[in-house]
Amino acid sequence: MSTRMFGEPIPRREDPRLLTGQGRYLDDLGRDALAAAFVRSPHAHARIIDIDVAGALDVEGLVAVYTWEDLPGRVGEPLPLLIPHPSLTHGRTAYPLARDVVRHVGEPVVMVVARDRYLAEDAAGMIRVEYEPLPPVVGIENAARADHLVHDDVPGNVGAVLLQETGDVAAAIEHAPHVLEFRLDIERSASTPLEGRGVYARWDADDESLRVYSSTQASTSVRAAIAARLGLPPGKVEVIAPDVGGGFGVKIVHPWPEEVLVPWAARLLGRELKWAEDRREHFVSAAHERGQVQHVKVGFDGAGRVLGLDVRILHDHGAYTPYGVIIPIVTSTQLLGPYKIGAYRAEVTSLYTNTVIVTPYRGAGRPQGVFCMERTMDRIADHLGLDRAEVREANFIGPDEFPYDQGLTFQDGRPLIYDSGDYPELLRKIKELIGWDGFAGVRSAAAAKGRRIGIGLGCYVEGTGVGPYEGGHVEIDSTGRVNVSTGLTSQGQGHQTVFAQIAATELGVPIEDVHVTTGDTRRFGYAVGTFASRAAVMSGNAIALASRKVREKALRIAAEALEADPRDLDITDGVVHVKGDPGSAIPLRTVAVLSNPLRYAFDEEAARATQFAVGGSPEDPPVASGDEPGLEGKDYYSPVRSTFAAGMHAAVVEIDPDTAEIHILRYAVVHDCGRLINPMVVEGQIHGGVAQGIGGALYERMEYDESGQLLNASFMDFLMPYATEIPRVETDHLETLSPLNPLGIKGAGEAGVIPVSAVIASAIEDATAIPIAKMPLSPAELFHLMSARERMSQRILS
Amino acid sequence: MKPSPFEYHAPRSLDEALGVLAEEAGAKVLAGGQSLIPLLNMRLAAPAHLVDINRVAELDTIEVSERGVLVGALARHTVVERAADAARVQPLLREAIRHVAHPVIRNRGTVVGSLAHADPAAELPAVLAVLGGEVEAASARGRRTIAAGEFFLGPLESALDPDELAIAAFFPAAPPRTGTAFLETARRHGDYALAGVAALVTLDEDLRVSGARAGYLGVGAVPLVIDLAEPAAAAQAGRPPGTLDWSAAAAFARERVDPESDIHADASYRRHLVGVLTERAMGAATAAAFEGVR
Repeated sequence: MSTRMFGEPIPRREDPRLLTGQGRYLDDLGRDALAAAFVRSPHAHARIIDIDVAGALDVEGLVAVYTWEDLPGRVGEPLPLLIPHPSLTHGRTAYPLARDVVRHVGEPVVMVVARDRYLAEDAAGMIRVEYEPLPPVVGIENAARADHLVHDDVPGNVGAVLLQETGDVAAAIEHAPHVLEFRLDIERSASTPLEGRGVYARWDADDESLRVYSSTQASTSVRAAIAARLGLPPGKVEVIAPDVGGGFGVKIVHPWPEEVLVPWAARLLGRELKWAEDRREHFVSAAHERGQVQHVKVGFDGAGRVLGLDVRILHDHGAYTPYGVIIPIVTSTQLLGPYKIGAYRAEVTSLYTNTVIVTPYRGAGRPQGVFCMERTMDRIADHLGLDRAEVREANFIGPDEFPYDQGLTFQDGRPLIYDSGDYPELLRKIKELIGWDGFAGVRSAAAAKGRRIGIGLGCYVEGTGVGPYEGGHVEIDSTGRVNVSTGLTSQGQGHQTVFAQIAATELGVPIEDVHVTTGDTRRFGYAVGTFASRAAVMSGNAIALASRKVREKALRIAAEALEADPRDLDITDGVVHVKGDPGSAIPLRTVAVLSNPLRYAFDEEAARATQFAVGGSPEDPPVASGDEPGLEGKDYYSPVRSTFAAGMHAAVVEIDPDTAEIHILRYAVVHDCGRLINPMVVEGQIHGGVAQGIGGALYERMEYDESGQLLNASFMDFLMPYATEIPRVETDHLETLSPLNPLGIKGAGEAGVIPVSAVIASAIEDATAIPIAKMPLSPAELFHLMSARERMSQRILS
Repeated sequence: MKPSPFEYHAPRSLDEALGVLAEEAGAKVLAGGQSLIPLLNMRLAAPAHLVDINRVAELDTIEVSERGVLVGALARHTVVERAADAARVQPLLREAIRHVAHPVIRNRGTVVGSLAHADPAAELPAVLAVLGGEVEAASARGRRTIAAGEFFLGPLESALDPDELAIAAFFPAAPPRTGTAFLETARRHGDYALAGVAALVTLDEDLRVSGARAGYLGVGAVPLVIDLAEPAAAAQAGRPPGTLDWSAAAAFARERVDPESDIHADASYRRHLVGVLTERAMGAATAAAFEGVR
């Protein structure tokens, strides 16, 4: 059996466990723990006049009730602003429990602890909070108009104005042969993982230590936050991400109010305490994303080459800014896609509204940026009467132009320099896959039968694998088991599979011997987290580097035992052997025994190891200076800057001419994430991303009414697509290696979602000849656009 | 999302169930629970008593006769959907149930429960209404039969008294030479429809349309039945049998529905859908009627 696993489409090793109900999610833990529930604001904006908890006191099983006034010291301080930025002049964060003013429906006001969640909800229902309603700010343009303020001390509701600029855009547009100006709208959606957030904490009074389980994407940072807020040494706080039922970005925010409050109360009460978010809470108190209004002005030449692009974006960041301006930065930089734009200026005004906070959701600002750029490309093509693919190609960065410096600053604070790519080849592949050339004939043949079909295209470049670092630890024990750990967390990506593939390939061991642990601070203390399509790039490379250290040590010890030169050795199926002499061999498990001079013969392997003599002369210490006992290695990967993946999607849609229903007939993706560790896992990521993208394009929106009530805070009314709404996704890959990291890989986690709204809009436009400027688009909305167009053409005829 | 406290009753016979309903004011009946349980969990309903009838075996029945299909209160959607003899006597039942949510919900949810819930956007109330069916209600006081036309009073409001249990529903058989069709438009597969129509077309012996009716869901406070005999006459005027033009029926229906706007679609779009679906469903039902006589 070959032990080269890298690049193989092996099935996900975690699936048998997860698919047969053996997963251990947050709410599977702590069966006997007390339960927390929260009284949350029913108002979008109000002053708290009084909180009367008297009614709750009669509920049998009630343990404690806390309001902001009960929170001591740092526990009661506003939550941290995680990522400050010079443009964020007016950053504001929430208190863990509301102090004086609530700023969105769902903001936590009172925490109730009871024997179980039923009783906690009963008690929460008995607490009376008196509010003085304040005028709510709902909607991006209302926020910009600033008739009312979300925060008294934030003029104009403006949290940040972010500017990205390269070249003289005004002059470039002024001198351009063609100029177009238009407006685009994208509505809010949300990560909506199937498992909501959750925290379970237990305080060990004897050890004065805290163990916290959190359904998080960043367990090490949650640990740091809890330690800081509770005044505990970080070494006395363990945070473990158990099986996590999806994150998609929302669980990267930390600490959530509940992540501070639950551990704090568990310690105070000396009792195990758990809070598992329910679906309604998730809709109104977690986070949303996407909502933007974009004003575009573009100047271009007769070939469709963009000479100047000026984009003014209004971005709705909700009531607080714990995650800074990451989304505006990503939108305004990733907007450029695979293109070289003459002069570019993007100004993002990030605005407060009395709605749930806005933090990254898979794609993290890219879908909006790509929507802007791809709609622009389509408008240019339409204006010039050119093929849409041709206009894109005219603007591509050439394959020989890498590294390509876009002249901007990316989300990691580093220059926006694309490391590698081949965009013309991606375009050639997607056109071939979808049948771009010749589609005009297909469309008119369908039209002859009364069918309206259209084709759309969208391109994107995705900065992935942002730093600063991740680490990997690899240890081979005396049973031959390979324990791999990394600090970042897993939410279903397939890390148990792909990290094992990397370690197995580097070490030359069967993948069955490799066991991967993620997101457990007991195993690995330093990590950044799982977001920004970074896990494979960051931890993948760190694990490869750590594995190489272990391999080197194993070969050194084995060489001594076999009296051979390490350069003559190889490892196959977990056995070190002399190349070309399989008889001269030693299993890694024996090498592991030899690596530790303390040899109590606990097992047969230790006894067997005595046949080999290693360990130098009696004059040397048993562990040489600079060496360590054990067969383990640890290393970090820290990139100089992000690596840039790319892809192109295309779709064929059919519009029912009577009902305006939109059916996706075909959906195709060509994707380049460098070297593929596991094509099946990458395709799975793409399929899931496309599904979420289709949700954003055709189904999902957050329906706030003017008073700031979220009208569709349930899966009945928030239309996450079912499997029945998702077409088969056809995929093809290109592998342009990244020169930035040892494995040559790029991230793939968000690729599927990024261009979908742009692609579907393009296809609907092609099918109906109606300009699409707003997504998502419902059949009712498309019907009205089609009716308006019909009325207009009738007027012209009459 | 945990329900408020309630007292749970699990009667083993109909009499026992009716006894609890008679004694405990404000008791709610639990059958499949596909609507009630979410309402309880969201604390939108907080009944003091829950009467779980799942152990009342005598209600788990489907009786098919030439007159029609009598569905007992515990018959799950899936069981009715798969009952071949029920589909033969009244095809609309199966056609409609296939649009009720998803298989896992149909495995648990009941036909009679859906009627008692009286959601005007649900499929089965429209079917019962267009067929002129009946609900059989029982209480400790006695039994009565409630005609579909009197059963649905408003959104989530039926003519059942608080102490009454809907023990069965009767779906009349299709008359000879009748074709049916059920069409709906929903945002997602299995969602409550934006608009839907259950259509019946009956031919006379000369293969002329002698009856045309449609039941509508999602476009009013209660399921709406429109007699389309008048536009049907226009539909076949001067045309050979089988080549009807139902566009007048579509317009006729559009003028008689009163849909409301909500976050998924505005009223004018729903009204438009009623027209499109009427024309398509009447066409399909007509085709089915001709298919039946061939």
